[in-house]
Amino acid sequence: MDTQALTGGFAEAPVEAARAFRAALEAMARPGRIETMTGATPPAPLSPAAGTLLLMLADAETPVCLAPSHDRPALRDWLTFHTGAPLVGPGEAVFAVGDWAALQPLDAYRIGVPEYPDRSATLIVEMEELAETGARLTGPGIKDVAALGLPEIAAFQRNALLFPLGLDFYFTAGDRLAALPRTTNVSPGTGARQRGAA
Amino acid sequence: MYVAVKGGERAIDNAHAWLAEERRGDTAIAELSVEQIREQLALAVNRVMAEGSLYDPDLAALAIKQARGDLIEAIFLIRAYRTTLPRIGHSRPVETEGMACDRRISATFKDAPGGQVLGPTFDYTHRLLDFKLAADGEVPAAAGAEPREGPVPHITGFLNRDGLIEEETTSDDTPSDLTREPLEFPASRALRLQALTRGDEGFVLSMAYSTQRGYGRNHPFVGELRVGRVAVEMEIPELGFAVEIGEVTLTECETVNQFRGSKTEPPQFTRGYGLTFGHTERKAISMALVDRALRWAELGEDDVGAPAQDEEFVLSHADNIQATGFLEHIKLPHYVDFQSELELVRKLRAEAEAAQAQVQEAAE
Amino acid sequence: MSKIDTRQGWISLMAKAPAEALARRWAALGIAPDFTWLRAPEIGGVMVRGRMGGTGAPFNLGEMTVTRCALRLEGGAVGHAYVQGRDKAKAERAALLDALMQTDAAAEVREKVLEPLAAEMDAAAAARAARAAATKVEFFTMVRGED
Repeated sequence: MDTQALTGGFAEAPVEAARAFRAALEAMARPGRIETMTGATPPAPLSPAAGTLLLMLADAETPVCLAPSHDRPALRDWLTFHTGAPLVGPGEAVFAVGDWAALQPLDAYRIGVPEYPDRSATLIVEMEELAETGARLTGPGIKDVAALGLPEIAAFQRNALLFPLGLDFYFTAGDRLAALPRTTNVSPGTGARQRGAA
Repeated sequence: MYVAVKGGERAIDNAHAWLAEERRGDTAIAELSVEQIREQLALAVNRVMAEGSLYDPDLAALAIKQARGDLIEAIFLIRAYRTTLPRIGHSRPVETEGMACDRRISATFKDAPGGQVLGPTFDYTHRLLDFKLAADGEVPAAAGAEPREGPVPHITGFLNRDGLIEEETTSDDTPSDLTREPLEFPASRALRLQALTRGDEGFVLSMAYSTQRGYGRNHPFVGELRVGRVAVEMEIPELGFAVEIGEVTLTECETVNQFRGSKTEPPQFTRGYGLTFGHTERKAISMALVDRALRWAELGEDDVGAPAQDEEFVLSHADNIQATGFLEHIKLPHYVDFQSELELVRKLRAEAEAAQAQVQEAAE
Repeated sequence: MSKIDTRQGWISLMAKAPAEALARRWAALGIAPDFTWLRAPEIGGVMVRGRMGGTGAPFNLGEMTVTRCALRLEGGAVGHAYVQGRDKAKAERAALLDALMQTDAAAEVREKVLEPLAAEMDAAAAARAARAAATKVEFFTMVRGED
């Protein structure tokens, strides 16, 4: 294994993993909130936030799917060394990571079963940027309304209809992290920042 | 229904302090060290490792000290500690054929290659209490002899040559792990063996004994019993090859059972298998007998209703931590349910007495 | 004889070496190289597997404690260690030795650490084998008094 695969892990695992866990928890519990997520320095093209999330959450019992945008030997080695997570296709994944387009189609991932809705995949969507403007979010964990820039609206609306089954999402850009659990209602933003608008 | 009770904190703190004193015992007497337990109570350490399902003699010795010698309490401590360990991976299956045997005997073949090596066994002692042990004394050095060169092959290999014994199908399937998924029935043989190896020695012994007493026809012979050290190998992704990560002492028992054939299988010898951490013979032999009893279905035998054939009965009750957990929970406050039981019993009695009085009146 | 010519061999040797013996030999070596951690020592469990009937399908026997770490020397050599037990110091020494075996200190490490350790461990195994051999039953047939 290349030495590059062996570097870039937590320097102080107990402390850094605990901080990362708190950030991931807050992001998922308060959808729309953007947290800072640092600790890992993974090989390209994985962002530090996504890398930290995987270091903290993935292990030998959480198969990971690298979408085509992220399926590189260096990254495979890095994940294997630091987490021991088996690398699998979408159908067996507990975590899947990639650009939004590369992660499609969403129906390839597990959405859980009625007795165990938690036996579903969590998708880590790498974005260009994260901003608290865009789609309109309501639901558990959100006081009144929140906003978050999402890659699209329809897919998340379809996902919410599957409740209690469905997928859950993390969004990462650089060292920033946001999340969307399956309980959140998503609709087009009003007064949202329009692309190309003045 | 459990009641949340408060007010016990001081009593509990004092109980713990007294427990520590009782554990220490008479302070005029030397304190037991973990190393002494590890070295001189090795068979207790072995049982705690086997049933705690964690090979670490120092930890097991510490647990025994902390538990004041209550081995099931010690196993409980080890099981709890186990849950704090990240799972790094799994080993390649150990090669018991290459075991450095301290002990290797067979009740079926007298002159197998490697011979009958007795090892440090109690088997031929007269079971008389040895009061010399009560006084500290020098232990004379045991004799040595020229170590034998050459392999010590598994004895079941011979029976295999004539096709007289059922073969095990080699495979590299990933076995289920009941420390990761709940045990569901029907259970695979891999899950049964895992449950038995970590099961309570007394329970597995009794189940095995029941098969010998006729609860299920077994007629087992010990084809081979070996105790010794094997290397543990693991694939290391960052190295790209496998390395030995340590060495463990294991006890392996192969039993051979007579089998007159069934609707689906020809007459041949069938096998039972026991494998345990440490030098734990009674457990390994018991495990082999129970393994064989539980295989009745795949061998086309009849279910004669013996407890040892009942997979759900055997495996659900084999784990002594689960068993004692549920057993001991009845010590928890059940004040409210008992109160309601008391009310009910009083009411029933009152009704019964009233009915009795009516009958008497009518009679008069 | 323990094989120590290959990397697989010396890593395996150090995994099984008694902690105290390894510590002694390391101290005698007297090298204290600068290094950075790639993976700081961590204690975990490895599930040990056996085979049914000794030759059949695998099953899970139980876990064993293992300490592992990885480091990189100033010069760039990377050392890995996976050692039985809960001993971070032992893992650190084993990884340093693995790394040094990839530098020109290799001959010295082999002579002062690996070979003596291997000899000690082989001697202990041989002593145990001798004890076992003395307990091997030498059957002799009883002459039947027929004549």
